[in-house]
Amino acid sequence: MKAISRVEGRAYPVGLKNIDTDVIIPAVWLKTISRAGLGKGAFESLRAVPGNVFDDPEYAGAPILIAGDNFGCGSSREHAAWAMADLGISAVIAPSFSDIFSGNAFKNGLLAIVLPQAAIDRLMEVARTYDIHIDLETQTVTTPFQDRFEFEIDPFRKHCLINGVDEIGLTLKSSDAISVYEAKLSADRPWLAPNPV
Amino acid sequence: MSTPQTLYEKIWNAHVVEQRDDGTCLIFIDRHLVHEVTSPQAFEGLRAAGRRVRRPDLTLAVPDHNLPTTARLDSHGQPIPIADPESAQQLEALERNAPEFGIKYINATDAKQGIVHVVGPEQGFSLPGTTIVCGDSHTACHGGLGALAFGIGTSEVEHVLATQTLQLTRSKSMEVRVEGELRAGVSAKDVVLHITGVLGAAGGSGHVIEYTGSVIRALSVEGRLTISNMAIEHGARAGLVAPDDTTFAYIKGRPMAPSGANWDAAVAYWRTLATDPGATYDKVVSIDAADIAPSVTWGTSPEDVLPITGIVPDPSAFADPSKQEAARKSLDYMGLTPGTRMTDIEVQNIFIGSCTNSRIEDLRAAAEILKGRKKAANVKWAIVVPGSGLVKQQAEDEGLDRIFTDAGFEWREPGCSACLGMNPDKVPAGERCASTSNRNFVGRQGPGARTHLVSPAMAAAAAVAGKLTDVRALAN
Repeated sequence: MKAISRVEGRAYPVGLKNIDTDVIIPAVWLKTISRAGLGKGAFESLRAVPGNVFDDPEYAGAPILIAGDNFGCGSSREHAAWAMADLGISAVIAPSFSDIFSGNAFKNGLLAIVLPQAAIDRLMEVARTYDIHIDLETQTVTTPFQDRFEFEIDPFRKHCLINGVDEIGLTLKSSDAISVYEAKLSADRPWLAPNPV
Repeated sequence: MSTPQTLYEKIWNAHVVEQRDDGTCLIFIDRHLVHEVTSPQAFEGLRAAGRRVRRPDLTLAVPDHNLPTTARLDSHGQPIPIADPESAQQLEALERNAPEFGIKYINATDAKQGIVHVVGPEQGFSLPGTTIVCGDSHTACHGGLGALAFGIGTSEVEHVLATQTLQLTRSKSMEVRVEGELRAGVSAKDVVLHITGVLGAAGGSGHVIEYTGSVIRALSVEGRLTISNMAIEHGARAGLVAPDDTTFAYIKGRPMAPSGANWDAAVAYWRTLATDPGATYDKVVSIDAADIAPSVTWGTSPEDVLPITGIVPDPSAFADPSKQEAARKSLDYMGLTPGTRMTDIEVQNIFIGSCTNSRIEDLRAAAEILKGRKKAANVKWAIVVPGSGLVKQQAEDEGLDRIFTDAGFEWREPGCSACLGMNPDKVPAGERCASTSNRNFVGRQGPGARTHLVSPAMAAAAAVAGKLTDVRALAN
């Protein structure tokens, strides 16, 4: 995972609530065996609408997206995070995220930042003309107008994001503990071994 | 005496390998289901890092999302090639990756093949008290057996393949208690649609939901799987139903389930899992069965639920301004006008299938309505996609296939099909589908497709009437 600690630039002011994973990347784009190139299909149905923010030159290359409640609800497809990253987005700010999306975002160094609706409303306004700054170290979102919104983040996730930690590599350091658990499991619940079919 | 615990707490505590100071736990995964869509990049990651699959014996691979549901073998018994090159490539990747990493693979022409969430319980691979993951959000389904089951992304698929664990933090717990007696024509699907309407699409976020109460206890395992399947549609990553004698009777004798002395030991353990008296949940929601009618969705979020007797809502009637905007966009996409009676909405397509409603009980419920009837002339496309080859066989043994084909339905091969339209089964743009699937998102069943989520019996009733219909008017 690539390390990330700051994101600054324009933000797509999307604002809608319940943006689901089929909106972020429709199923037809999932027939890939690669992580790359999914930006082309990102937000396809929103981009089909004339005058949408994604095709507005004002926001070209924006690294941030602002959305409403329950962003990323629906499917577990990590393609949603890959597609957003491929589009050049490094952070999403919303009042809430689906649990699976927020995990997928984290695994790909995409910041999923939770702020209250009042802060979202203010950022939506600023985003139309100015840059937004996100600092993971200080856990703040700021604007050129002295707005300063603090956000919460799980300390483990923060550490992994800032240091670009390979989570599998980290877990593999616990291999011995996993072996101990497996041995105890075989003794306590031997019926858990599936019958071969 | 120890502190009373919920079912969720018991399963969680039994799977902690390590706990860090910040509360993050390394959780052991007992069962991992793998399908072709969310796994290729995970296997590629393992290969690139020179890593192996730690526990291939706890992993089961089945293709389901991309498979066409038309005939799979030609008249000489040879497999028919997949026409879509991208689908073929993804299916071939799984067929190659499974043996390379020593994983049991059920191929597309095996009678055991089906939707992962139908195959797991059917094979006895999914068991109470276990942790089950799959790169698919409807993994919550297996919670109907009393397993802690949830969807994961591809990075987590790779993590589980490599370590048989996940780094997780404990969720909050919610009890959704459904008491009373279901009214005529009301099925498990109506119960879960109603719950989704009450909680909202994000109502269960951050929670694991345990479904309790007399209604849940009285449901078959199939019905419980239907309910838990849609936990994700009200935002909960996992749903749970406490295992009981109904559960044990369902599992006993299934191929991969414990047998002999192991069976007795397993049942003894499973009996200890139910939530202790006095244990508390972070949130409790009570639902009266008498309030649940045969239900249908009107919009593009599963929370947009109405009784079939309802009328299309006026967006300005919602208190939340963002919901007003969402409702306006939904109605525009759905081509609906506020005030229209749901029973006046014509449908051109019927889909009976998906991991929510493709088990034998679902097919029986639909066939019961269709027996001796035909689909209406305006219904252009009506398909039944059984959840697995074994469900299909059983339905054929019971003569259900004939009832469907006599009514004008196509009888298909198993897979995910028109639930998400990754295979050729799609609903044409601008047309409506009464669908037994789980999501009515924009474009879910094909670009521009308009989905109305319903139960199998309601889908059958809509086929007969050519419009959304109250199944109670047609009950045999």
